[in-house]
Amino acid sequence: MLAEGVFDGLRRVGAGAINAVSRLGFAARFFAVVLIHSPAALKRTRLTLREIYFAGVLSLVIIMVSGLFVGMVLGLQGYDTLNKYGAGDSLGIFVGLSLVRELGPVVAGLLFASRAGSAITAEIGLMKTTEQLAAMEMMAVDPLARIVAPRFWGGVISMPLLAALFSMMGVFGAYLVGVRLIGVDSGAFWGNMRAAIGFWPDVTNGIIKSVVFGVAVSLIAVFEGYDAKPTAEGVSSATTRTVVEASLAILALDFILTVFMFRGLGG
Amino acid sequence: MTAAARPSAAALACPTENAVELAGVTYGYDRGPLVLRGIDMAIPRGKVVAIMGGSGCGKTTILRLIGGQLQPQAGRVLVAGQSVPDLDREELFAMRRRIGMLFQFGALFTDLTVFENIAFALREHTNLPDELVRDLVLMKLNAVGLRGTAQLRPAELSGGMARRVALARAIALDPMLVLYDEPFAGLDPISLGVVGQLIRELNDALGITSVVVTHDVYESLKIVDYLYFVSEGRIIAQGTPEEVQASSDPFVRQFVDGAPDGPVPFHYPAPVYADELAAHAR
Repeated sequence: MLAEGVFDGLRRVGAGAINAVSRLGFAARFFAVVLIHSPAALKRTRLTLREIYFAGVLSLVIIMVSGLFVGMVLGLQGYDTLNKYGAGDSLGIFVGLSLVRELGPVVAGLLFASRAGSAITAEIGLMKTTEQLAAMEMMAVDPLARIVAPRFWGGVISMPLLAALFSMMGVFGAYLVGVRLIGVDSGAFWGNMRAAIGFWPDVTNGIIKSVVFGVAVSLIAVFEGYDAKPTAEGVSSATTRTVVEASLAILALDFILTVFMFRGLGG
Repeated sequence: MTAAARPSAAALACPTENAVELAGVTYGYDRGPLVLRGIDMAIPRGKVVAIMGGSGCGKTTILRLIGGQLQPQAGRVLVAGQSVPDLDREELFAMRRRIGMLFQFGALFTDLTVFENIAFALREHTNLPDELVRDLVLMKLNAVGLRGTAQLRPAELSGGMARRVALARAIALDPMLVLYDEPFAGLDPISLGVVGQLIRELNDALGITSVVVTHDVYESLKIVDYLYFVSEGRIIAQGTPEEVQASSDPFVRQFVDGAPDGPVPFHYPAPVYADELAAHAR
């Protein structure tokens, strides 16, 4: 009885592992096919612009409001801590580096996954459930080129722009709290920030991160939608998986990228 | 050659006598049991042919094999003389441009208007100027009686109207073959009659071939030229509407008369009823 239970457990672990590897392989092939279809899809700029509108423009409110509040909190918390060490004037550096290097790409990525990633998955999943993708195939139009590739590139292009706007609003929020409310010197706030933050590596690395997150979130979103079971429950599960997998991917990739980008700074 | 004797574009696109031929077709999903077991079928050019059978008997699978969405495990599937499983992706897409398909619930693109739904294939596959696309779309919509819905969204249409718009979309590229997957499902009696009549009239007017997968006996007998009955993956009866109505085959009779019990049993296979009820007493 016990042995049977152990074997059953092992069998389930094995089946889960095989399924995970199989899905990963399918996702890799899917990514390759999307890239192959991308030049043709990008030529039809209207399709990609439409997706930039849905993924990017419609995410503006949540990204900008979140950026503003995150910046305001950073201003408050940062000043409180820095001031204990007599470094209140360094608030601009603290806020700028935190946002450009980390919080901008990461928090904007997480919000993007929740707002746009889930919407992309649900849309493609529902198109599959209602046989719209099959209808397209039967009309000799490849859904990977017509539906998936424009949504993928719409997400990839939107993400760095949203991360930049998030950081900008964050700096503005910190300025409102630090300079306008608390009374940090405006010249010190902006001057220190400009002196300490370089386009290379800080801004550039932040942009690289946001592009990588954009690729990861968009790929997960279109893949989960395309691979969703064509039922209400299947679309719901796929949407949840997109948010969970994309969030974990952002955090894991952030650590890996940070190790490579800033490993030389400590020594 | 006079205009009346000139063959239609659909007839020119299908040079063979049979638009569709299936020979010994066998198919099963994944590792499950076989859904089709040695199906032989010939659908002559210009005819309306119905494939009938109960739910889950493999009717829609036959349509998917004809459209190249599935590959048979054994047997041949020919469309206009071309072996569908042997076509590469480009050839398959070229073949599909000559096939229209009406899905069970229309499968209209919900983010596009009715007009844009019908213009979709024209815009994807041709470089026609906008004015010509507009006229063609309006002609297709007029053919199904829904020219006035051009600017509506699919969500604003009734089930019957959505099915007619999908029919207009299926004939947008003047196909030689149209596949209908349960075109009558869930329609009110008026819409049902309208859709049935449209299938027949469009088939004759455009010189196309129609394959109708359905379980609606009454409506089908009014419009089709020939019927195949499928049960448990096999063709168990076939004939013209007259032959079907006169048939004494038990399955055909049960299907035509709508009898709840017969060759297709009312009860799903289960242990003996009395034994199961008494099981708790032992």
